Amino acid sequence: MAFRKFSHGTIERNVTLLAVLSLLVVTVGGIVEIAPLFYIESTVEKVEGVRPYTPLELAGRDIYVREGCYSCHSQMVRPFRDETERYGHYSLAAESMYDHPFQWGSKRTGPDLARVGGRYSDEWHVQHLKDPRSTVPESIMPGYAFLADRELVTGNMSANLRALKRTGVPYTEESIEKADADLRIQADANADATDLQKRYPKAQARDYDGNPGKTTEMDALVAYLQMLGTHVDFKAGAPQEQVR
Amino acid sequence: MSYDAFRHFADSWGLVFMGFVYLVLVGWAFLPRNRNRNRDAANMIFKDADHG
Amino acid sequence: MDDLLVRTGGWLALAVLAVFAVAVSADFGFSVHMAIVAAAAFLVMMLTLRNADYNPVQAVTGPDQSRYDDEPIRWGVIATIFWGVAGLAAGLYIALQLAFPVLNLGLEYTSFGRLRPLHTSAVIFAFGGNALIATSFYVVQRTCRARLAFPNLARFVFWGYQLFIVLAATGYLLGITESREYAEPEWYVDIWLTIVWVAYLAVFVGTIVKRREPHIYVANWFYLSFIITIAMLHVVNNLSIPVSLVGSKSYSLFAGVQDALTQWWYGHNAVGFFLTAGFLAMMYYFVPKQAERPIYSYRLSIIHFWSLIFLYIWAGPHHLHYTALPDWAQTLGMVFSVILWMPSWGGMINGLMTLNGAWDKVRTDPIIRMMVMALAFYGMATFEGPMLSIKAVNSLSHYTDWTVGHVHAGALGWNGMITFACVYYLAPRLWGRTRLYSLRMINWHFWLATLGIVLYAASMWVAGIMQGLMWREYGADGYLVYSFAEVVQAMIPLYLIRAAGGLFYLTGFLIMVWNIVQTVRGRLRDEKPLTDAAFDPAKDRPLPALALGRTNGPLGAPSPATIVAAE
Repeated sequence: MAFRKFSHGTIERNVTLLAVLSLLVVTVGGIVEIAPLFYIESTVEKVEGVRPYTPLELAGRDIYVREGCYSCHSQMVRPFRDETERYGHYSLAAESMYDHPFQWGSKRTGPDLARVGGRYSDEWHVQHLKDPRSTVPESIMPGYAFLADRELVTGNMSANLRALKRTGVPYTEESIEKADADLRIQADANADATDLQKRYPKAQARDYDGNPGKTTEMDALVAYLQMLGTHVDFKAGAPQEQVR
Repeated sequence: MSYDAFRHFADSWGLVFMGFVYLVLVGWAFLPRNRNRNRDAANMIFKDADHG
Repeated sequence: MDDLLVRTGGWLALAVLAVFAVAVSADFGFSVHMAIVAAAAFLVMMLTLRNADYNPVQAVTGPDQSRYDDEPIRWGVIATIFWGVAGLAAGLYIALQLAFPVLNLGLEYTSFGRLRPLHTSAVIFAFGGNALIATSFYVVQRTCRARLAFPNLARFVFWGYQLFIVLAATGYLLGITESREYAEPEWYVDIWLTIVWVAYLAVFVGTIVKRREPHIYVANWFYLSFIITIAMLHVVNNLSIPVSLVGSKSYSLFAGVQDALTQWWYGHNAVGFFLTAGFLAMMYYFVPKQAERPIYSYRLSIIHFWSLIFLYIWAGPHHLHYTALPDWAQTLGMVFSVILWMPSWGGMINGLMTLNGAWDKVRTDPIIRMMVMALAFYGMATFEGPMLSIKAVNSLSHYTDWTVGHVHAGALGWNGMITFACVYYLAPRLWGRTRLYSLRMINWHFWLATLGIVLYAASMWVAGIMQGLMWREYGADGYLVYSFAEVVQAMIPLYLIRAAGGLFYLTGFLIMVWNIVQTVRGRLRDEKPLTDAAFDPAKDRPLPALALGRTNGPLGAPSPATIVAAE
């Protein structure tokens, strides 16, 4: 019998066999557990209202990533009574379906931000980001005053949208072409935003940072924060929801 | 196969099969005829050039 | 000479290409990085020219084949210590930032969000990674009784890895990040690390292939699976689409749920294969060597190896309990995490029981004491991990400082202590000293580090459980009792205790730095002697070519001192 001849000593004397076997052993878990999530449809159920980010929101999201906000803030409300009362409806998979990369986070040194949009005024956000302890005395968050002074680097948002389209985000050719214009319109209180809102339903266009003269990084970040968790209309869906 | 079918298989025969495979592999590693080889392997790091 | 021309030409071309990339770069961070690459490539070119062997006669002789190739290992030990100080200091600083937010200084470069990945990467990849590369090169040579294969490539691995660390660290400060925890560097740094890693695999496997010992020792299995699995995880997790080929920004190929699971599949196995399998390889060589006894059970190590690498891969989803990840994946992750407890403790038992019959060494040999403490913390952390992965426990502990405490019990206790023990073991052997500068100073290091870990872990347990309970506390009126800000305020004293723990740990580390520096300088501290494992430099040599024929026959009898047949 071949089995009787084959002792573990054979593996211990053959580096190729050892390498191939250990690679096979470590891939099993990934194939059985992770790969199905990319094929099973129920992983992400379609939900009405979820749309790709506008160029300004995307620029704000890039700043959120750049400053490492995910180190201390989660964006994932778990289905517990205390969390839904504190932060709002628990997070749905579909709500992060356009998140490249995801920002669920792993630590709440600060509160969850999945549904922070619309909870505070723009002025509060700007003041809080500039000097957190002026609005929340107990806060230990770093100050981000420099965002308000720094002009948002734009001019090439189309490239960002195109890269995202390659990953599968359904941006149209029109929205890619008009990315820079859309960005400026959304940060301008006086511009006509009907065209923007046709492409991005519920997009809010205004001057976010209280400085109409220029489009700053603060504009972008606050625009992103004010959008968070506002896409899905949970009030409309409430009657159909099953009690857990 | 549906998710439910997978789950039932994993809960019953799949579990038995994996437990069996595990026991066979452990038994294989502990076969007594490998005792000398294992002892030599464990002592290998103490051999020095003199002993070849 | 042709070879020299090709090599210098190649490095010059790389430098020129990088300078060109600075000129056309899409953002400031990318220009800084390309400038660093250009400077590094230019420096390598200069050194290649200067150190080239222009004497054709000598070139034939080459390096002394009867000695192990220890130069990259000496560099590796120095790099381990250097990055260790940097990483621990960064950790202490961000710990203080949480207690005193004014330390963020209002500057973008010094804010917590940018320094935190600097700390985690510095301790895991710079300190831990250099320790792994250095010890793997040491162990693979000794257990194969052969010099490193591809000596130039081994040097490239060392310096290429340092470049990766510098690019990653400066990138974090400049805000260049993919925001994937423990895999933050951007796409071009990831590509560079992939190249370095493939070279590492080539050197490691190449050395095993040219071994003069039929058997591949168990430590090498762990090193090998660590190198292969990290390569797989790194490549898959970092798949992304760059916005511009001359810019730093990229977007992950995956989104939302899939992205989260891919990231934590990576994240948990960075723990499983980088911080566990790799460090277990260190345990399987250095603990028996220092104890001067063979490993407790070689058969247990076979089962330990296969079950550990099989089970770890499944445990990732326990980082995503109660999130939007499908429930079946969460449950699967939990089940495998709990099962993982068994092989983890199998490994710990194998390490600890090696001292069976020689437990007095814990009292007399400070290096053994450090190893035993490392294994004890390994056992503690691998019990706590499965416990935290149970969904009911996780609902309380997730998002809190309990997780932070758990990670540090493992990182400071297991990875830190076992690395210190290995550095103490290696230093006199690598620099050819009779012994360490001081064995008694190891005792100081040991107690300071232990005290630091106890303060750290205890304060974070209290902080985490308190945080979790305060968040979910309801009053008699049916409303939540505490606002988020009140919970933040309640953490401050515990953050202070944690920072004190970190300060103790760093102080102990600095004592080690002094001890190693003095050892390298060849000093011996005048002190009462303590026990240490014997070392004979004359015998620390690869197998002479003459004896090659004999190794294929029956193995030579072990010396009487080492016949401790545990099997």
